[in-house]
Amino acid sequence: MTWVLDNLDLIGRLTVEHLRQSALPILLGLLVSVPAGWLAFRFRLTRGLLLTAVGLLYTIPSLALFALLPPLLGISFLSEVNLIIALTVYAVAIMTRFVADALGSVEPSVRQSAVAVGYGPWRRFWQVDLPLAGPVVLAGLRVTAVSTISLATVGILIGIDNLGYLFTNGYQRQIVAEVLAGVVAVVAVALLVDLLLVLVGRLLMPWTRRRAAT
Amino acid sequence: MNLFADAIAWIFSPDRATGALPLSEAIGTHLAFTAVAVLLAALLAVPAGWVIGHTGRGREFAVALSGAARAVPSFGLVLLLVLLLGVTHKVAASTTAFVLLAVPPILAGAYTGVEAVDRRVVDGARSVGMTPGQVLRKVEVPLGLPLLIGGLRSATLQVVATVTLAGYVGSWGLGFYIVQGIQLRDFSQILGAALVIVVLAVVLDLLFALLERAVVPRGVSARRAEQSDPARRRRRREVATSAT
Repeated sequence: MTWVLDNLDLIGRLTVEHLRQSALPILLGLLVSVPAGWLAFRFRLTRGLLLTAVGLLYTIPSLALFALLPPLLGISFLSEVNLIIALTVYAVAIMTRFVADALGSVEPSVRQSAVAVGYGPWRRFWQVDLPLAGPVVLAGLRVTAVSTISLATVGILIGIDNLGYLFTNGYQRQIVAEVLAGVVAVVAVALLVDLLLVLVGRLLMPWTRRRAAT
Repeated sequence: MNLFADAIAWIFSPDRATGALPLSEAIGTHLAFTAVAVLLAALLAVPAGWVIGHTGRGREFAVALSGAARAVPSFGLVLLLVLLLGVTHKVAASTTAFVLLAVPPILAGAYTGVEAVDRRVVDGARSVGMTPGQVLRKVEVPLGLPLLIGGLRSATLQVVATVTLAGYVGSWGLGFYIVQGIQLRDFSQILGAALVIVVLAVVLDLLFALLERAVVPRGVSARRAEQSDPARRRRRREVATSAT
């Protein structure tokens, strides 16, 4: 406990770094997976291809993905870009399936009604399909955010400082409190971001509030 | 692409058969850790999950557990347990961490499998005079097997990834080559080991995918049922996304 109190500024600094490194992959994951999920939902051919591809990507263990990306993309192995791209790959892998299922959960009769009252495909997607798919998309975003934050710690193995620094540094110096502080901090950050997403979801999708109440 | 050629040369180099850690031994240890951890976790989680699914009791706890488990950094958990149990018990400490990480997805697979059984089928079983034990054994467990295998699949992939990370604490498994390669700046070793890990993970995933299909009881066209039932698909997804 004294270790934690003595190093609060270090933990704070690493937490900020950690959030910065996780935020971009979570946002990019959402941005990429909405069109990818739509493709997987809309066409049978792209559905098979995309869902198989994201399934395979999700199978790759993190440390192996860090090693595969640099020669494929021409980036440096020990770089933050490598970590952020790897985390984005996992985020897309998780989210695409959620978005495809979310769009599939929209009642077909609602979609047909929208067409009947004159919605074009583009406007219908943004004003009917996506809002109704919102709750499931949000569920996917929450899973993605929590696993991204937890997974980012592996970045320390390729020399990227974030809360994972407390794991390796604490391990080398045999300070249990330091490693424990790292684990607790990661879980706390992940759960706080999760809570934040729930709140943002309630603000953006007020109609889900009433359903929760009944 | 030259890097990939070097990596493949690293895998098939005669040096891999000898040295401090031969490749076959690393693959063997990696698989052994995975098998032991998943089996131990299954012994704990499968009966518990069946009871939760059958009675509905403790469901909230199981849902919260599998949600919270996603937030726990697996690398940190391994290092923490090794420090707590002492560096002389690295194998036991690492295995404990792997088991802890494998329990939530297996638990989720077991209880969602039982829960997903159509209530009418359960009522039917009861109305022909089956006892609660028989309903669980003869109806709910067999029908829930595909989802249970899905949970085992997630758990296995999670453990394969975590054993890789555990190469940091001991000179075992395929992860050690990567950790050592980073220290030595030996990129053909890093990439070579990574390729072996990917093949291992994909093969295991494929085996579980085949097993998932094989355990569907005869007379149940699960695929058709799955496509027409979004709730069931959602449950599958919840099980599938509890790993990395």
